[in-house]
Amino acid sequence: MYVAVKGGERAIENAHAWLAEERRGDATVTELSVVQIREQLSLAVNRVMAEGSLYDPDLAALAIKQARGDLIEAIFLIRAYRTTLPRFGSSEPVDTGSMECDRRISATFKDLPGGQILGPTFDYTHRLLDFKLAADGEVTEAPTRATSATPVPHVTDFLNREGLIEEAPHDDTEPPDLTREPLEMPANRALRLQALTRSDEGFTLGLAYSTQRGYARNHAFVGELRIGAVAVEMDIPELGFSIDIGEVTLTECETVNQFKGSKTEPPQFTRGYGLVFGQSERKAISMALVDRALRWEELGEDNVGAPAQDTEFVLYHADNIQATGFLEHIKLPHYVDFQSELELVRKLRREAGADQVREAAE
Amino acid sequence: MKDTFDERNPRKAWMSLLAKAPEGRVAALLDGHTPRPDFTWLRAPEIGSTMVQARTGGTGAPFNMGEMTVTRCALTLRCGMVGHAYIQGRRKPDAEAAALVDALMQTEAAPEIESAVLAPLAAEAFARKSTRAKKAAATKVDFFTMARGDD
Repeated sequence: MYVAVKGGERAIENAHAWLAEERRGDATVTELSVVQIREQLSLAVNRVMAEGSLYDPDLAALAIKQARGDLIEAIFLIRAYRTTLPRFGSSEPVDTGSMECDRRISATFKDLPGGQILGPTFDYTHRLLDFKLAADGEVTEAPTRATSATPVPHVTDFLNREGLIEEAPHDDTEPPDLTREPLEMPANRALRLQALTRSDEGFTLGLAYSTQRGYARNHAFVGELRIGAVAVEMDIPELGFSIDIGEVTLTECETVNQFKGSKTEPPQFTRGYGLVFGQSERKAISMALVDRALRWEELGEDNVGAPAQDTEFVLYHADNIQATGFLEHIKLPHYVDFQSELELVRKLRREAGADQVREAAE
Repeated sequence: MKDTFDERNPRKAWMSLLAKAPEGRVAALLDGHTPRPDFTWLRAPEIGSTMVQARTGGTGAPFNMGEMTVTRCALTLRCGMVGHAYIQGRRKPDAEAAALVDALMQTEAAPEIESAVLAPLAAEAFARKSTRAKKAAATKVDFFTMARGDD
């Protein structure tokens, strides 16, 4: 428990003024603009949108500037802003099959319809610091090549044709929304996916890695990873039809996992699914691995007691704003709590001391 | 590329095009073509959000992904024609311009608005998308098989 304490107003004001000055840094160095952050730190912007659960690159860039680059603080700012917005409605589910792919790779099929498109990736770079970036340098325009009109189907589509992989049959069940109802167990897959797509990247990565190292291992292959823009369509009640209200860039990962079969299901491949705002492939792959691990019950697998199989553990600890809120509150004044603890310890010591004296006397 | 053009509902196509235009572009094209007509607000520009849904595994049951910012407004021209706008982001001036174009597209001015505003917007959107698609195509891997020794 912490209590309201009077006093300290001037100290707080001065602390915030100094914060503003420190945020600005050396005033002889050019100030960063929000647009520069949006354009040049776009992967940080993407992470803040994904975990802030609000797609708006300008706001995410502003939050990063205000938070001095502390991304969890920036996510906190976005989450707080989000609650002030009236909600106009829900979109139709986006169609990732018609994504305009900047990147699309499969680790399971070399020659797949639509091809392997590397896109603007860090993969295959040498991870050596590039000192050219420290100097002002012009960027040469990326090469282009004529496009072909071939469609880029989901990899799982053609595994489905042989019946070798579980299907994700069309379904229009209204999904639960954890921003409207408290997150409660048991959580169905739709609720788990909502929690995972906004979960902390580091936490999700750690859990996903634990499954690879053997804690509920499920032998995941990246069946497909695609990044690109999809249209967002929403029904407009006053018009009586739906329109595209915008476009979002998403990263989608489908894993293909080994499955021996169960009492109800034949041996076939199963799937894990990751879908995240922005270009966020580490997060999307992590999400797919954790999604798959959490599916043990519906697939009739054994619960081996691994952290990544524990829905409650995963979902209640994956949100970095909840976590940081509770963690950081312990640095706020707890004077009264601590006072009573002090009293208790003193009392215990007095009693112990008295006992010792008594023992010595006997 | 998803084709939102629907012959039975051209309004859906132009509203979708207006919603995805870059910041300030609709206003620039509209103002470059004609002085703005008088109008009254039916719903003044308002910023809010839309919950973006997706499907499990791309095709299965829907789930809530997260929200996006949206600006909407509605207005009435002096002739009584009503224009609506729902556009991505927090852009009140752009929503106003989009709603004006939507209203004008339902009047006799439609053909000239079509050629002065919508046609350039569509051409620019196509150019943006095809430039990206061509860059992506340049990163497509062309596999070739190395000859293997038989021994």
